[in-house]
Amino acid sequence: MNFKQMTKTSRDNLGTIAMLVVAFAVVQALRAGGFVNSHMDGMLVPLCVYATMAVSLNLVVGILGELSLGHAGFMCVGAFSSAFFSKCFEQSMGTFPRFLIAILIGGLVAGVLGFLIGIPVLRLNGDYLAIVTLAFGEIIKNLVNVLYVGRDAAGLHISMRDQAALGLAEDGEMIINGPQGITGTPFNSTFTVGFVILLVSTIVVLNLVNSREGRAIMSIRDNRIAAGSLGIPVTRYKMFAFTLSAVIAGCAGALYAHNLSSLIATPARFGYNMSILFLVFVVLGGIGSTRGAIIAAIILTLLPEVLRFMADYRMLIYAVVLIVMMIVNWNPKSRAFIKAHSPKKWFGRGKEDR
Amino acid sequence: MALLEINNLSIQFGGLRAVDDFNLTVEQGELYGLIGPNGAGKTTVFNLLTGEYKPTEGVILLDGKDITGKSAIEINRAGVARTFQNIRLFKQQSVLDNVKIGLHNRYPYSAVSAVLRLPSYYATEKQMNEKAMELLHVFDLDGEANTLSSNLPYGKQRKLEIARAMATEPKLLLLDEPAAGMNPNETEELMEDIRYIRENFGMTILLIEHDMRLVSGICEKLTVLNFGRILTQGETKEVLADPEVIKAYLGDE
Repeated sequence: MNFKQMTKTSRDNLGTIAMLVVAFAVVQALRAGGFVNSHMDGMLVPLCVYATMAVSLNLVVGILGELSLGHAGFMCVGAFSSAFFSKCFEQSMGTFPRFLIAILIGGLVAGVLGFLIGIPVLRLNGDYLAIVTLAFGEIIKNLVNVLYVGRDAAGLHISMRDQAALGLAEDGEMIINGPQGITGTPFNSTFTVGFVILLVSTIVVLNLVNSREGRAIMSIRDNRIAAGSLGIPVTRYKMFAFTLSAVIAGCAGALYAHNLSSLIATPARFGYNMSILFLVFVVLGGIGSTRGAIIAAIILTLLPEVLRFMADYRMLIYAVVLIVMMIVNWNPKSRAFIKAHSPKKWFGRGKEDR
Repeated sequence: MALLEINNLSIQFGGLRAVDDFNLTVEQGELYGLIGPNGAGKTTVFNLLTGEYKPTEGVILLDGKDITGKSAIEINRAGVARTFQNIRLFKQQSVLDNVKIGLHNRYPYSAVSAVLRLPSYYATEKQMNEKAMELLHVFDLDGEANTLSSNLPYGKQRKLEIARAMATEPKLLLLDEPAAGMNPNETEELMEDIRYIRENFGMTILLIEHDMRLVSGICEKLTVLNFGRILTQGETKEVLADPEVIKAYLGDE
């Protein structure tokens, strides 16, 4: 099949993947050429984490059409479960297989939790679902904060009270130390690993959207009653999309955890502000557009670094930008204006998009 | 045995009995009309038939099988598909994809083969495209397969809903005011299409309609509903000549 015969969606998807690969190649070339300072270099893994989170949340908000405000919670679970695994098997396994399994465990644990939370949550719609996911996100973060896990010759000790309650032997080792979290997780996350996770998540979501499953999920978004009347198992597909989204968020969390010397479940890292930030990526990228969400995530993660002198006003800028985008995106007059002045017209492609 | 048999169907919303002691028998291959003034409970009957509402009393048999109180999804799988009075298309998706969603349960492949783009994905998608185009062709929509469904003119949106319902390969097709908002030409075309699908797909059709030209033109039997109760039922000509029916529609002198 040549390029012209492909449908518009397949071309768009290929464009998104090409964009990611080119961006990766450019950054790698710049790094090899010594054009990237150490501060920017340190931003590369978080960039991949946030872009992956944007892909994950876009699946729920943009494609399934349900507002989830608890995605930082899934990332948190992925981060802690994978870091826990890495700490336990740091000595006994080689780096590559251990990190690979850690990422999979992060995704799996977040996915199981996403499934369990999905059972009650997905019975709700709209605002109610948003509020409940927000609460679950906070509950996850707070539960992780009171979790104490230690290990000694006798095995694992788990408590939710304090360190002393573990009754650890003399030679015992703390793995998760309550509000101090996990320290000493091996630094395994590299830009390449982050890029691969982002690329795989993107391909999975794009391929899924452009298939029988994806159409069923989008039909629920567009009209739940009509979807049911056509025999689409509505609840099953809602669970499927929500769980897959949690899996991707868990993998992003694993990547995040292996980039930090001390992993703490602080509100700044896994609180609802983070969940809102991911939502901002999705909204600014144009709800439902995976490519847009990735671009928005990259721009909004880099922007505060570029505008470091006004970092205090960052959240204020986000709020203002979000409101402005909402008005511009949904106001009929501005929509008509954008449509009339679309750059696509210059290339004679405007007609295809009607 | 009748394809559809409804006995003593009733539903109560608080103090209101929206449908009261409703009985209906539709034979295989029949084109049956359900008429009545606004608010008579016609759409409520459809919602009961398709599992949107659970009946307070009564039994619904499809091909001898009890489908009373089943979910919308189960009822569709049992062989009932419908269109909606207020059009419910998947607005953000193309005309073709709307029909392909209707084909969902008929052409399965796993999520894994979708993600990995295995041969079964390409093969099944190809079959789906062909089948969907075939259905669109029946309704003369194949030229607009890649148009966003919300950009179709109103009359074509109604036709697309029928094509989408047909894609689930139902035994019984329920059309809720298919000609609403159509001009006389479009109604004429729609009547042709309804006749065509009945003859070529062996479809049994139950429809709600206010347009008397369409009702008297294609329906073989009618049931008239008024205030949730059956006013009369029988052959179209006799029913339309019934003074009670004329009174319900036009009021007392």
